[in-house]
Amino acid sequence: MTSALQSIRQQFPILHQEVNGKPLIYFDNAATTQKPKQVIDALQHYYSLDNANIHRAAHTLAARSTQYFEETRKSIQQFIHAKEDAECIFTKGVTESINLVAQTWGRNNLKPGDEVLISAMEHHSNIVPWQMICAATGAALKVIPINDAGELLMDEFEKLLNHNTKMVACVWVSNALGTINPVKEIIQKAHAVGAKVLLDGAQACSHLEVDVQDLDCDFLTISSHKLYGPTGVGVLYGKREILEAMPPYQGGGEMIEEVTFEKTTYNQIPFKFEAGTPNIGDVIAFNEAIKFVNVMGKANMAAHEEQLLKHFISGLTAIDGVKLVGTAQHKISVQSFVLQQIHHFDVGMLLDANGIAVRTGHHCTQPLMKRLGLDGTVRASFAVYNTIDEIDVLLEALQKLSR
Amino acid sequence: MLTPTEIQEEIIENFSLFEGDMEQTLMYLMDLGKKLPPMQEALKTDEFLVKGCQSKVWVFPTLKEGRIHFEADSNTAITKGLLWLLYSIWNNQTPETILQTELFFIDKIGMNRMIGSQRSNGFNSMIQKMRLFALGYKNN
Repeated sequence: MTSALQSIRQQFPILHQEVNGKPLIYFDNAATTQKPKQVIDALQHYYSLDNANIHRAAHTLAARSTQYFEETRKSIQQFIHAKEDAECIFTKGVTESINLVAQTWGRNNLKPGDEVLISAMEHHSNIVPWQMICAATGAALKVIPINDAGELLMDEFEKLLNHNTKMVACVWVSNALGTINPVKEIIQKAHAVGAKVLLDGAQACSHLEVDVQDLDCDFLTISSHKLYGPTGVGVLYGKREILEAMPPYQGGGEMIEEVTFEKTTYNQIPFKFEAGTPNIGDVIAFNEAIKFVNVMGKANMAAHEEQLLKHFISGLTAIDGVKLVGTAQHKISVQSFVLQQIHHFDVGMLLDANGIAVRTGHHCTQPLMKRLGLDGTVRASFAVYNTIDEIDVLLEALQKLSR
Repeated sequence: MLTPTEIQEEIIENFSLFEGDMEQTLMYLMDLGKKLPPMQEALKTDEFLVKGCQSKVWVFPTLKEGRIHFEADSNTAITKGLLWLLYSIWNNQTPETILQTELFFIDKIGMNRMIGSQRSNGFNSMIQKMRLFALGYKNN
């Protein structure tokens, strides 16, 4: 292990413990990443010193918490290269971000005969909200198929696109397979028929450079907790003109301009979509996660993670009875697999007995699993603090199991 | 024939040999599962599927001369081992005995720590399903 990697690991207190008598090896990063000390400290600092409700109170603590809260919004803006920070709305996660778009944009823009296009590798959170709004509006849900490697069939995508396509809601990076989808091409082609594009960025944003203006996506969803930040915070990016035309999602405090019993006028974006007291402490701590990633540098992180993935794949293919699931050409550091002789649930428990945390099951992608003819996989997903040595421990454990 | 209490005491003694080593314990459970007599494929229907388990688990009872005979199977090896534990205690017992059995081995072998709370819930579903069959036979 290099000293740089050692010092990164030192920033993650949770990694330094034993599970079932073995040193913890955390390979479930696609589910949630661990948090650096600066994020944990920020949470404690906020509740110890700054806690106050934001935006309207006339006292010092409120001014401080408002300032820090809005600083996170500015950090997000820079992180994704949005034109302005008002285009970044805080939600409780990617799931809420997608539901917000489906229930507001969808309700205003979808009608019978319209089509919403998703892909065969979507997480349930980018399927069900669209099913719900399609059922309510009479629009139809169409699915872009994939090949056996887990890559979108772009020819089929083009065939599905037509002037009835109003929304293409597509995952940028597959959580189950790690596939990086050609989103720029998808956006260009969708825009050519007048459709809007929502990118589910839950997995992508911790691994890939994000420039929403260059991509020209209409919406992007971001998860804090998959980006080294706290749970319970997400972001919805949307282009100003689209957000302004959308009706509010939830009614309540903060999202109003003026309320009378006869009529309410709504606040400007982003506040129009942020009804109620938000998750202030976690939003503020999220800023520290973004700072952590900025200091690390996404390119450095990606290079390290790619090295881990390559090492894992070459070890995995050498083990008898292992089948790799998800072999796309362009991938992030996620690898699903199955063992011929042992059910994935059993593999997960036996690895846990060795202190190794992986994900098993359908990964909230049941239609994808059905397409691949599986009822689930074992998934190892790597982050910046993982090491080659840790992967060797996993490979050794798998070798033992496959005997 | 051993009583449910005697069988449970045996189980506790066998598990104690591993002194809390998780991997050895799970391997042992998987070996136990192999002792379960094969279940007829035709019986693996939704009616006999145990709801609430992450894995697929089927339990099918028949009453012969006042005693319940179970057929059971699962698609995962560790769960099959758990099924074997219940099978070894309850197979060929009367409905009354099954309903009266206090399953004290579960806490004694540290089941919850061993298999986690989600699987423990699934394990409880298996227990409930088997007790429900016993209750049905008792009331008939």
